[in-house]
Amino acid sequence: MSANDESVGVSLADSWRIERRVIWALMLREILTRYGRHNIGFLWLFVEPMLFTLMVTALWTATKAVHGSNLPIVAFAVTGYSSVLLWRNMPSRCVKALEPNLSLLYHRNVRPVDIFISRLALEAAGATMSFAFLILFFHFVGWLEYPEDFLQVVAAWGMLAWFGGGLALFIGALSERSETIEKLWHPAAYILFPLSGAGFLVDALPVEAQHFVLLLPMVHGVEFLREGFFGSKIIAHYDIGYMALLNTLLTVLGLAQLRVVSRTVVPE
Amino acid sequence: MIRLANINKLYPTRGGPVRILNDVNLTVNPGERVGILGRNGAGKSTLIRLVSGAELPSTGVVERHMSVSWPLAFGGAFQGTLTGLDNLRFICRIYGADPEDKIPFIEDFSELGIYLREPVKSYSSGMRARLAFAISMVIEFDCFLIDEIIAVGDARFHEKCSHELFEKRGDRAMIIVSHDSGYIREHCARAGVLVAGQLHHFDNTEDAFTFYHEEAALLA
Repeated sequence: MSANDESVGVSLADSWRIERRVIWALMLREILTRYGRHNIGFLWLFVEPMLFTLMVTALWTATKAVHGSNLPIVAFAVTGYSSVLLWRNMPSRCVKALEPNLSLLYHRNVRPVDIFISRLALEAAGATMSFAFLILFFHFVGWLEYPEDFLQVVAAWGMLAWFGGGLALFIGALSERSETIEKLWHPAAYILFPLSGAGFLVDALPVEAQHFVLLLPMVHGVEFLREGFFGSKIIAHYDIGYMALLNTLLTVLGLAQLRVVSRTVVPE
Repeated sequence: MIRLANINKLYPTRGGPVRILNDVNLTVNPGERVGILGRNGAGKSTLIRLVSGAELPSTGVVERHMSVSWPLAFGGAFQGTLTGLDNLRFICRIYGADPEDKIPFIEDFSELGIYLREPVKSYSSGMRARLAFAISMVIEFDCFLIDEIIAVGDARFHEKCSHELFEKRGDRAMIIVSHDSGYIREHCARAGVLVAGQLHHFDNTEDAFTFYHEEAALLA
């Protein structure tokens, strides 16, 4: 079986121009439908994750939940919970992402992958702005020291974003093919949070448990991030090569699933 | 030119795959107006979505050598939670047009007044139809795909739409899909009839009309 669909005379440069245009349009549309023009509007994009992180920070500070380390609690909570929001919100936004957008697929240049990419870009931007503002704010009030290795923090953040994006493509595309995925994602996301390394340092765990949690790619990202942040104060356990391998696998599988979805999706 | 070669389209159902289009071929040259007749569920809208590229065929080739519109209909292609103007801006952005200089035309043609700044979901079906048609006329194409466009609206609105589409854009190619043979006869030079997934071609709309009604009589 073979099927072709071609608009003759469209160059690669044209495609790239159209692609950027479509994704930008989808992002603006998404901001408007999610946050509207009322009160603070699009600022919710990063105010919402900031509020989440602030509340968790307050809770962990109140309960002195240092989780087996003597690190400053605010920096510990901000690095941990911001990471969770980064990798967990992307898949959550991509589960059943096509359904409310089926009518947009009437336009040839709007493909399912564009809808996913626009949502990923928004989530990543929101989580990143929230993380950056919280660091600046807590440093300003004197509760947090700047990272020891700024570049390593950026690299770790990038790895976590890539993991979130790959997972989102995979889960999101699968959720279009099977209703069950949506049901399974919520409990999975819930149970992955305490295992993700946000609330503990791997070094503080028994060796048996270390092997187990280090199977999860995001744990490597959080450890790498915290080493960049706290440097010599902690012993970090990570293998960025392992994380990159799993990220690649998720991304490739996700794109492959999305290709199947693109071939079969019916605009509403 | 638009060329569809050996198009098959199957949809999965609980009872197994259903073949909606069976080895369909169609060529439309620049400036040509082609009608597609068919009863409800004959596959007319599927065919027009395949021509537009919104959907892909199961097998076969679709070639577009001219710019082709999205399927212009009075539903679809709009976001209910956005305002009329935001929908206009979205469409302009994806097709690379500047929305701001289109607003006067939209205001004038749609006659929606202050409702252009309200969410589309608060519109009546007639208001939606006016917005949809007005936005459809903002982006220029070599070929317009028209899906049951006469379904909604009052007589005066039909008049305005006909003027925009068939007089101002009389030189464009069009593929018009309808179960109303009168509309096809009025606006098309030739027509095809979709029966049981096969597209029967006729060089004039009169023969298509006769065939369509014979088929309908046979099934009745």
